[in-house]
Amino acid sequence: MSTITVEPLLPDEVVDPAAVVARTRPRNSPAETISQTLAMAWRALKKMRRNPEQFFDVTIQPLLFTAMFAYIFGGAISGDVHNYLPLLIPGIVAQTVLTTCMASGVQLREDLDKGVFDRFKVLPIARIAPLAGPVVADVVRYLIAASLTFLTGLLIGYRPGGGVLGVLGAIALSIFIGWSLAWIFTFIGTIARNARSVQGISMLILFPLTFLSNAFVPVKTLPAGLADFVKINPVSILVTATRDLANNGTITSEVGWTLVAGLVVIAIFAPLSVLSYRRHI
Amino acid sequence: MTTTAAIDAVGLVKSFGQLRAVDGIDLEVRQGEIFGVLGPNGAGKTTMLKMLATLLPIDAGQARVFGVDVAKEPHRIRQLVGVTGQYASVDEDLTATENLWLFGKLQGLRSADARAAAKQLLGQFGLEDAANKPISQFSGGMRRRLDLAASLITRPPLIFLDEPTTGLDPRTRGQMWETIRGLVAGGSTVLLTTQYLDEADQLAGRIAVIDHGRKVAEGTPDELKTSVGNSTLQLHLAPDTDQELARQIVRKVAGADPVLTPESGRMNVPLDTADRAADILIGFRQAGVSIISVSVAKPTLDEVFLALTGHGAEDEAGLEDDNDPDLATSDETADEALEVQ
Repeated sequence: MSTITVEPLLPDEVVDPAAVVARTRPRNSPAETISQTLAMAWRALKKMRRNPEQFFDVTIQPLLFTAMFAYIFGGAISGDVHNYLPLLIPGIVAQTVLTTCMASGVQLREDLDKGVFDRFKVLPIARIAPLAGPVVADVVRYLIAASLTFLTGLLIGYRPGGGVLGVLGAIALSIFIGWSLAWIFTFIGTIARNARSVQGISMLILFPLTFLSNAFVPVKTLPAGLADFVKINPVSILVTATRDLANNGTITSEVGWTLVAGLVVIAIFAPLSVLSYRRHI
Repeated sequence: MTTTAAIDAVGLVKSFGQLRAVDGIDLEVRQGEIFGVLGPNGAGKTTMLKMLATLLPIDAGQARVFGVDVAKEPHRIRQLVGVTGQYASVDEDLTATENLWLFGKLQGLRSADARAAAKQLLGQFGLEDAANKPISQFSGGMRRRLDLAASLITRPPLIFLDEPTTGLDPRTRGQMWETIRGLVAGGSTVLLTTQYLDEADQLAGRIAVIDHGRKVAEGTPDELKTSVGNSTLQLHLAPDTDQELARQIVRKVAGADPVLTPESGRMNVPLDTADRAADILIGFRQAGVSIISVSVAKPTLDEVFLALTGHGAEDEAGLEDDNDPDLATSDETADEALEVQ
């Protein structure tokens, strides 16, 4: 037996197990869940600031794609660049936001393998918080992506007919859609084996959806069968809604449908993601 | 008044496919003690810990932590236990302070309180100089300390330590032991797993020895060691010594059969007390038996295992992988593999 008396590690406070047991709560309240999600969002923002390469996709892509597509396709599709911009810019906004969502899924998958997630699992926190935190933080990325695309458009001569309010509305709609669609990729992030397969699966979904839409070309130029698909493609509805807001300043039924679609996606994929994340534990 | 046990587990079972990683373990840990779980890699120590910490579902059996049912109320259990694994579960992209602040905030502390708790813990663990450095610049020992600090931010009454000193240098190891003793002095109960008999001996009041998912022995360190003899006398006899004479002296003086390697002249004698070593040496001197070197070694985990189970404490993780390919993808194997590092 040791005869040396050991000092308590944290001398000011002696743990009383019975008191701690009495203080425990059977589950998290909604307020606690929100506070935990915000703490997780704070973590995601810190990580973004420390790894600026995470901003490449939301900065380079809007600049490069807007200019590139405008000058390459402008003449062929709309006669000149200036006439093509009202068609193109909302399309690029939708495309950029979608690829940004995909990055959320890839990053979550990378994150899940890190040691810190072992600790998140043993903490008494809501199971949705580690998933929802990054999704909330990614609002910053959608904001950058959407704003930069419009800015690039303005620089090369785009004059949105919807005015400032219309453009702000279009940006807000894209952020909401990015935020809701991110749950699909979060779900993929929780089921895929590794980050690379998240990327693979996501590309497989995204590429046809963005290009088989009205994002870059008018639908009337398409062959009949393809046109039918393009019309029901949700990306087309999003692009049309963004155009209505930015170019005309009108809130059309497409805007309404886009919002409904976003809510449906959250209602389906947020619970699925949490279930799948629980299985990881 | 009887106090509730810190851990009261009966018949715990966890299977991965065909393999029963934990095969009916009973465990009772009293409040305020350090309880050691000793066993080789793949014995089921980590799996058992994970079940008690709500990280793995319990297949059969029942466990209570301070009277709270682990399977029925996992959320309450998570408010009662702190877990420190074999690998640092802190965020590499954040600083030490930011890590502790985040864990405090997630557990409902106010921002200022979380910051104060972080500062206090970093001071207590000698990390204040590194408070604002990214974790990637931390040494292995610093990471372990930060990891333990992260488990303590809300002062949980029960702390699980999964091989807290594996891979640490002797000095850092000693510091970690001091820290663990300090935790218990502060009212916490500690359940620690280890591969080292020495560590369990130094720290634990009671020890359970686990092998192939079963508890093969339980008792105080002294009780366990007595079951294998307290120590071994290792003798190297001079080249032209009468080895048979030496053997007879040992038998007569110590009453034990020595293990002799005639070619090298090495002789190992199991001893119940170290005092017998002196008796043997005096016997040698009187009979003119000359020796080159002498040492007394404590029984190793391997010897304890040999005595308790009839087989050594070899790494069994590899064997189990062959039996069950599914296991290769499970968390368990990944963790057990890390133990070796």
